[in-house]
Amino acid sequence: MITPPALSDASFALCIALLALIPFAAIGFALINTGLGRSRSAAHAMLASLCVPGVAAISFVIFGFAWEGTAGGSAHILIMRGNPWNWLAVQPLFFRGLVPGSNASLIAYMQMLCVGIAALIPLGSGTDRWKLGAICGSTFLFSAITYPIFAHWVWGGGWLTELSRYGMGLGLIDCGGSGTIHAAGGLTALSIAWLLGPRRGKYSHDGMPTAIPGHNSTLVLVGCMFALIGFLALNSAGALLLAGVSRWQLVLVLVNTFLAAATSSLATLGTTRIRFGKPDASLSANGWIAGLVAISASCAFVVPAAAILIGAVAGMLLPFAIDVFEFRLGIDDPGGSISVHGVAGLWGLFAAGLFAHLSGSGPGQLLAQIIGIATLLGFVLPLTYGLNWALDRVYPQRVSGDGERQGMDLHELGADAYPEFAIHTDEFMTR
Amino acid sequence: MKAYPMKIAGLLLLVSGWLLVVATIALLGPAPARGAFVAAGIAVEILGLGLLSRSHSNWREDQG
Repeated sequence: MITPPALSDASFALCIALLALIPFAAIGFALINTGLGRSRSAAHAMLASLCVPGVAAISFVIFGFAWEGTAGGSAHILIMRGNPWNWLAVQPLFFRGLVPGSNASLIAYMQMLCVGIAALIPLGSGTDRWKLGAICGSTFLFSAITYPIFAHWVWGGGWLTELSRYGMGLGLIDCGGSGTIHAAGGLTALSIAWLLGPRRGKYSHDGMPTAIPGHNSTLVLVGCMFALIGFLALNSAGALLLAGVSRWQLVLVLVNTFLAAATSSLATLGTTRIRFGKPDASLSANGWIAGLVAISASCAFVVPAAAILIGAVAGMLLPFAIDVFEFRLGIDDPGGSISVHGVAGLWGLFAAGLFAHLSGSGPGQLLAQIIGIATLLGFVLPLTYGLNWALDRVYPQRVSGDGERQGMDLHELGADAYPEFAIHTDEFMTR
Repeated sequence: MKAYPMKIAGLLLLVSGWLLVVATIALLGPAPARGAFVAAGIAVEILGLGLLSRSHSNWREDQG
């Protein structure tokens, strides 16, 4: 189990600066999700990207942090065969009891940002058909229940970090959130895509998918650049606060994060060039994010050569994962959230077990990482699916057929994002 | 209609696979058996994932 030491004044100041940069990741995701959607839903997508971190932060402060807690805090513990199993934190609601200036207060603030970033991920899979009210409801459930429970197990001193007691290395390693933020968000995106169903016109009657390209590749590519800043800050802050890495080692975190993003993007670019004859801009942008996601778990614990390999595998995997979801499984995921965050996040956790070099990690580390993956698939996915299914029964999450045809901007907001030049022929169709 | 029981079965298989993994950690020592049981748990989860995915394909076909 990794126990972070108390921070020096310099490290504390550095953490504050890093935490101030993390929202750039959210800006990046907002631009990517908006650019990959239709022009008639652009304002809706950006507004949702503002609402989601807000709802997530409020529900996390009220409920979520009470169940996530920090390592060493009070928790529900089950004794199994003489060993303690830390299942759930017991902290006061509303961040009460946090001492300003303590490590715990920094972790709490970081978690408030992380839950917002994780909750933004499903927006990509629900683009063009997910009601704003349902987005807020689903975000509330994710931030108050799903995320805090799993984050407690990984970052709050829970049983996944205590796997070291059973000879499994240092317990689950996930210093930047490949599993806790991205895979959890990606699996929620999968649940949302399943529950909403595909966009109108996405699949023909014989089940063949139709290409519905994103409306603005420039937004997507700029979003990648913003996301890089956010990920550099997030991985560095995670390494300092959650993995106990000294500030002198942050250079390795920065180098690894950038290398993985670059190789992943280039790998996707090369793969699409070979498969389609020309490189695909949107997929290459998603490859960039997939590399950032994959390296997050192990950014502080692998050598740069391993970071290049982790990024390359994530980038090559991405176009195939998107094809499997779209063609084989009939899942409409306009933003590629399931592949970029879900699949790459799971790969990142697994890769940490393969390549991380830590004193005391040993061969059991890979088993600890696999148990983390099994927990995401066997606990987080059914929980997030069940919660969203229940919400859908109470408040249908998908917009009506007319609303979808009209576009989310006009239907839900009453005004288009691009009123001067957006022309939708079907708006003038006789109904 | 056939999609609903399939969906429930898929979700139950996912949870069962995870419980198998958790039970393995608690009950078995650090032997090869632990790795084998964890692999079995993952296999059960993959089965559940396949069933859940299939149930949604059926649901989509039912919707036309």
